[in-house]
Amino acid sequence: MTTPALPDWDALQQGDALPPLELPPITRLALALYCGASGDHNPIHVDTDFAQSAGMPDVFAHGMLSAAWLGRLLTNWVPQPAIRSLDIRFAAITHVGERITCTGKVHEKFEHEGRRCVRLHVMTANQDGITKLSGEALVAWP
Amino acid sequence: MIDRRYIGHTLPAFQVPVEAGRLRFFAKATGQADPVYIDEAAARDAGHPGLPVPPSFLFCLEMEAPNPAAIRELLGMDYRTLLHGEQGFTYHAMAYAGDTLRYEQRIADIYDKKGGALEFVVRQTRVSNQRDELVAQLRCVTVVRNA
Repeated sequence: MTTPALPDWDALQQGDALPPLELPPITRLALALYCGASGDHNPIHVDTDFAQSAGMPDVFAHGMLSAAWLGRLLTNWVPQPAIRSLDIRFAAITHVGERITCTGKVHEKFEHEGRRCVRLHVMTANQDGITKLSGEALVAWP
Repeated sequence: MIDRRYIGHTLPAFQVPVEAGRLRFFAKATGQADPVYIDEAAARDAGHPGLPVPPSFLFCLEMEAPNPAAIRELLGMDYRTLLHGEQGFTYHAMAYAGDTLRYEQRIADIYDKKGGALEFVVRQTRVSNQRDELVAQLRCVTVVRNA
């Protein structure tokens, strides 16, 4: 995957889908790597003893790991400087072993202060189609 | 209940250097294989002055605060009861390896739902660079589960 050119704004239509991003099943190693790389050292994501003491059956994925995948969904579609905002709601916990797919759709196409823009709906879901994260992104053409 | 008088409270600003090695580690941890995020030459070929900070990483750098638990301690929140509810980014300028970013955090709101069973702390963070240019505004909603 290399950085894309901006899609043709005129050709985009409401409901158009971004190329989905499919992730491999989440491993404990992936959570350990994300713990170190992100600087989020909350033990609930990497230490099963701690997670169980907090009433969870097991460690679970950082919400912001999925947010990073949504970032990849976007930067696979447009060069990053075109992304003006990304707003995410964490709807459900993402568990070890789940296969997450990130998807996005053109929700609205408009011009604002002379700039061509697209508002996207983005989400992550597991292999059963259960939504984990949902959100919106604004992309503006230069 | 969290003391509502902390609404509007600002925390001491702090600065964080953006390190190329850390960005490469983040790329590995998030499965990012696009050379623009790993290889400085590829980044420059794509028109960037250095490795770009990817969209969600500004949140990670926020945890490089001198005391990342400052708000938790100030408000008396127990780690075990917390969930990340929402995270927002509004981008104004790109950030790159080699930049030094300044973080200014403010407790924008505290409110509750379900008769206090759930409390919400909204933190807003302004991020600017070493040229005093606005890079992004971050919005983080933490949920406290009061059993």
